[in-house]
Amino acid sequence: MSRLIRTLMLLVLAGGPFATGAAQDISRDDMRSLDGQVQEIKSDVLSIASDLSNLEERLLYPSNTQVALFVAIDDDEDFRLDAVKIEINGELATHHIYSFKELEALQKGGVQRIYTGNVATGDHQLSVTMVGKLKNGTEFNKTDQFSFAKGVEPKALGITLAGPGLGKTGIQLGDW
Amino acid sequence: MYRAPIPVVGLLLIASLATSPVQSEALKDLYFGEALYYAHQGYYFEALERLDTEVSQHNGLDEPELDTLFFHMDDAEFSLGDFELRYRMHHRAGRAITAVLEGAVDEVVRNDAAYRLARIHFQKGQMEDALLALERIDGKIPESIREDIEFLRANVYLAQEKPAESFEVLKRLQGSKSFGGFAAYNLGIAYLQDGQREQAIEQLDRAGRIDTDDPAELAIRDKANLVLGTILLEDGNYDSAMPYLNRVRLDGPFSNQALLSAGWASLSTENYQRAVVPWSILAQREVTDAATQEAMLALPYAYGKLDVHGRAAIHYGQALDAFGAEVDKLNESIESIREGLFLEALVREEIRKDKDWVIRLRALPETPETYYMMELLATHDFQTGLQNYLDLADLRKKLVSWQSSFDAFDDMVDIRHDHYEPLLPEVDTKFRELDSRLRLRREQHKMLVRRRDDLLTTPRPEFLATREELEVLARIEHIEAQLAHASTPYEGALVLRMQRLKGLLTWTLETEYHERLTEFDQNLRTLNEAMAVAQTEYDEFVRSRQAATHSFQGYETPISRLRGRVSEAIQKVDLLMKRQGRQLEIVAIDELMARRGRLENYRDKARFALADSYDRATQAQARSEVQ
Repeated sequence: MSRLIRTLMLLVLAGGPFATGAAQDISRDDMRSLDGQVQEIKSDVLSIASDLSNLEERLLYPSNTQVALFVAIDDDEDFRLDAVKIEINGELATHHIYSFKELEALQKGGVQRIYTGNVATGDHQLSVTMVGKLKNGTEFNKTDQFSFAKGVEPKALGITLAGPGLGKTGIQLGDW
Repeated sequence: MYRAPIPVVGLLLIASLATSPVQSEALKDLYFGEALYYAHQGYYFEALERLDTEVSQHNGLDEPELDTLFFHMDDAEFSLGDFELRYRMHHRAGRAITAVLEGAVDEVVRNDAAYRLARIHFQKGQMEDALLALERIDGKIPESIREDIEFLRANVYLAQEKPAESFEVLKRLQGSKSFGGFAAYNLGIAYLQDGQREQAIEQLDRAGRIDTDDPAELAIRDKANLVLGTILLEDGNYDSAMPYLNRVRLDGPFSNQALLSAGWASLSTENYQRAVVPWSILAQREVTDAATQEAMLALPYAYGKLDVHGRAAIHYGQALDAFGAEVDKLNESIESIREGLFLEALVREEIRKDKDWVIRLRALPETPETYYMMELLATHDFQTGLQNYLDLADLRKKLVSWQSSFDAFDDMVDIRHDHYEPLLPEVDTKFRELDSRLRLRREQHKMLVRRRDDLLTTPRPEFLATREELEVLARIEHIEAQLAHASTPYEGALVLRMQRLKGLLTWTLETEYHERLTEFDQNLRTLNEAMAVAQTEYDEFVRSRQAATHSFQGYETPISRLRGRVSEAIQKVDLLMKRQGRQLEIVAIDELMARRGRLENYRDKARFALADSYDRATQAQARSEVQ
């Protein structure tokens, strides 16, 4: 039994259970080399993704008709954004309901591309509705109308949303 | 025999490096904001793809200062490095940050870049390079990373086994809010590495008494106490070790190890009664834990020492059953890994949506192999391999979905081709007519403009004569010519009349010249506007015509090229997944086999000890009956 004690004590003092090095059959160089190759393929796929995005943009949203709408929010602890609905010329363009993760990303300063589509050159009407809740649990929703002119170049419009607490206009439209 | 737990230091550092991506106060570039939106959700592939494209486009501009990204370029380049780091692309991250470091940037930005570069080298285990990067930090340092730099520096020294160099840095960090607990522990480890056992004990004692309610600091406090207890145990100071082992919280991550060591410390001083207490607690805990398994064997051993052989036999029996069941479970697990079920379980989407997905893996009845791998899953090498495997699985999913979209693109192009191709000849015929008419009008317009400009410098009233006046003038000139050759008695009177008529006309042209010129100019201006409208319509027509062509022409080559690249990438990913998966399986099977070996050893010992305990219990009973 004294051998048992010694064995057990050795196990205790050796610290972590992985001091025995589970990966003896695989060298660290093998792991590094594989890691390097994984990094390379990531780089390749990123480059494919970028080229594919360009192709998609050319094919689906040519610059003379392209319109992209972005949403950002002003930091307001008293207001929680739940959803945004956007209509262009009276037609529903998009209706987005926010997940917790998405909302958090917006609160940290991220900007969401909420819609990319096509419109003819000329003047257009934009209607933005935001739906949310105030800190006291009251439902809050607001709709604003805007007009924008589409030229021959791609159009990017930034929509900034703010709760009623900030004393600003709830929905602001900026040209980018 | 004692191994300083340096890996813990490294892991803690990596955890502490998880800072948020850089963000400017007022965002001016929507596309940079979009990249941040993905990064904040942990979608680094998407964030990288967008930011990479945006930065490349910006760098290709003739006047980049007119682009909105210009205001965020430093942040954007940093963020690229950050995202690459988080997406585990250390090679590219290093290059991106080195580029910032070597650019013409101000001191604060350069120092920030140097720190990030050092961090990357540290994570890659390149300590010399990490130190070189840290040495480049000079001058003004951003307040937010001042302590991070010092903590990193100390950890690099420790990883280089130059503990003495880290003393001063770690001492300075003792009062830090963010790093105080870690620095206190690391300083103890540094003393230990340096062979200063007394100072190490004093320092670890201090680290084991810090007042905190932060979960990470509580864990490091437990770790300090466990390490200190273990050192004293190793020195044979069993009684001194006890208070430190008792300080470790019963619900903390180091509780099992501390209970086990506390039992051994008591047993070593032959205080068997006291040893039974921690081991009894531990023996009831999760049976897959190595410390629990050891306690299941140690507890009856202590009862045996107390001459309670009957109870010892019961506990040996329980241990024997438990070890047998666990060996069976391990056999199943090894078999399951060999069948590829482990890798299948890892890539299950519904599991990975949970942030504690690794922990949840063990709750899956169909993946018993994960029961024994919680600690293996937490090791850095295994994590790297595992993350690579998961990243490859994600890449594969993306590539496969892209592959299917190429067919949709082909269909779209074909439909557009079939729609526009028959319409275009007629459109082109009309366009040619319109084009020649517009060209003619443009020439006429140019001539009129030239005439107006000439009239402004050299007045020519006859140029502004009306059609009737021109006819009258022509007629007068014709009559004058006829009169010159005619011989008639009325010649004198006729010439006089002609001169009078001509004079009248000239008078009208001369006196109305300015009025007519103004009217001419006004008409020309109206014409300019009409010409501009015609030109706009013409341009729009040209653009629409081009758009129609561009909507189906010129896609064949890029689509086919991309299709080829995607299919090639899928093959590469498959190959790498196979290799990476195999590595993970080998490591996992090695680990499970080691655990099985240990359990089999325990089982043999338990079987022998059980028989021995029965004998002793029977003998004791016989003795008591004789008495």
